[in-house]
Amino acid sequence: MSWPPIAIALVAIGLMFVARRLRDPWPKWLLPLATGVVFVCLWQIGAESKSYWVHQDDGTARLVWSSPTPGQTALDMLQPLSDGTILRHSVASLLRIAAGFGLACAIGIPLGLWAGWSLRTFQAINPLVQALRPISPIAWIAFAILWFGVRDGSAIFLIFLSSVFPIVTGTITAVRAIPLIYVRSAQNFGLAGLELFRRVVFPAALPQIITSLRIALGIAWVVIVAAEMIAVDSGLGFLITDSRNAGNYARVAGAMICIGLIGIGLDWSVRQLETLESVRWGFRKIQS
Amino acid sequence: MTERTAPGAASDPKVRIADVSMVFPRKHDELHVLDRIALDVKAGEFVCILGVSGCGKSTLLNIVGGFEVPTSGSVQIDGKPVTGPDPRRVFVFQEYGIFPWANVWDNVALGLRDKPRDEQARITRHYVDLVGLTGFEETFPNELSGGMRQRVALARALAVSPDVVFMDEPLGALDSLTRLQMRAEILRLWQRERMTILFVTHDVDETIQLADRIVVMSPRPARITEIVNVPLAHPRDIGSPEYGRIKNRLYELLGVSHAI
Repeated sequence: MSWPPIAIALVAIGLMFVARRLRDPWPKWLLPLATGVVFVCLWQIGAESKSYWVHQDDGTARLVWSSPTPGQTALDMLQPLSDGTILRHSVASLLRIAAGFGLACAIGIPLGLWAGWSLRTFQAINPLVQALRPISPIAWIAFAILWFGVRDGSAIFLIFLSSVFPIVTGTITAVRAIPLIYVRSAQNFGLAGLELFRRVVFPAALPQIITSLRIALGIAWVVIVAAEMIAVDSGLGFLITDSRNAGNYARVAGAMICIGLIGIGLDWSVRQLETLESVRWGFRKIQS
Repeated sequence: MTERTAPGAASDPKVRIADVSMVFPRKHDELHVLDRIALDVKAGEFVCILGVSGCGKSTLLNIVGGFEVPTSGSVQIDGKPVTGPDPRRVFVFQEYGIFPWANVWDNVALGLRDKPRDEQARITRHYVDLVGLTGFEETFPNELSGGMRQRVALARALAVSPDVVFMDEPLGALDSLTRLQMRAEILRLWQRERMTILFVTHDVDETIQLADRIVVMSPRPARITEIVNVPLAHPRDIGSPEYGRIKNRLYELLGVSHAI
């Protein structure tokens, strides 16, 4: 085991403690950066602990890395990043997410609004929704292939399944939590039927619906790897399976990092919805 | 009984509350909230309903407004039984009755959806100005103070030219100075538009400053203890002997001594 990663990690941890005691806050990116440095150091230490020397027939010894280091991963990723391979796979994954998640929104939000508003609909569908919700989308893979074949349809179906239940449940909860006073005000001014939904029920529930979309999109992105294990020939999930089969663990780690970074981007984009004027009232300002 | 005149005649009450009782079933027993409340309110009258917290005065208002159905008895407005909420009779709630997802302009215009566009704009303009919110049309409720929010609720209610306005402790959430200003505001608007107002509160001074008549309610199950007339012209001098006399009487009826 070498000492540099340990030393760097200790320096970064030390900086975090110093930052805690400082009166003037440091730049916002400094603390996450320090955490990142510690993580990379731990990764390096872990990878080194899994390496070993092999004595070869000619008397020399060769160091075998059974697990890729951060440096090896970065080197390996240079080529697929520059020739557009990563971009192609990312776009393929995002398109599947868009289709599956879009479908889940198109079905989940109206269904949730309806079941949140009508007690009978709620009583009718909620037990089924709650029973289907804990079943991992991975369990559905067999049926997905049976129904949609080993094509995009299967992957989209799995992503749909992973996100539709959180959306339905979140929307139901959102509608049921609408204060009675809004509904009464609306009825007082003669709003009824679809107009009541459009002008009061939907906007009143929207902040909580957006929160459930955020959760659902996170889950959908988690499931992308499993969904793309079905023999599709593109996507970051496919890249992971494919690299593993080829024994290229550095590429596996690189694709994993890409999934993490794109995940941050997806979450950020949903959070942008929270700043819209018509929903901002529903989100308490959190000190950052 | 003598011959009744046609509905709308001056002698008929605007609102008639006839022996209204309300009982809520509970797990093991029943909760008697209102006990045979009978009250007539004339058109254009400002009536305050005064009682301690939780005595059932809000329940009474909800029944008169058509949001709840009494266990027995009935409510008539203009001689017709109340069957549900109606845009001609508008509620102003203590808080949050206005929509936080819509700006001031859209909130005030809520009840004007069926009118032509230019008329909508004209009426909304008028009432936004009337409650002193000119310049805040694009502002969202969360960026307004409590008093301004209540003005939005008032403007929204008045914009539909209601003949009855129900106010359920509309100033309860405001600080005492804003509350005084808003009382003056409500009086100004009432004197201008002359709608019938039923105003629920537990604030003794508020009732004497606002009402033509004060309906004092007993604790649960609420009955009408007494109806106190306020024969004072507006603006009212809160230091006058008559004011003090009414105040004493109200405290007495509520069963508390105002001298501490």
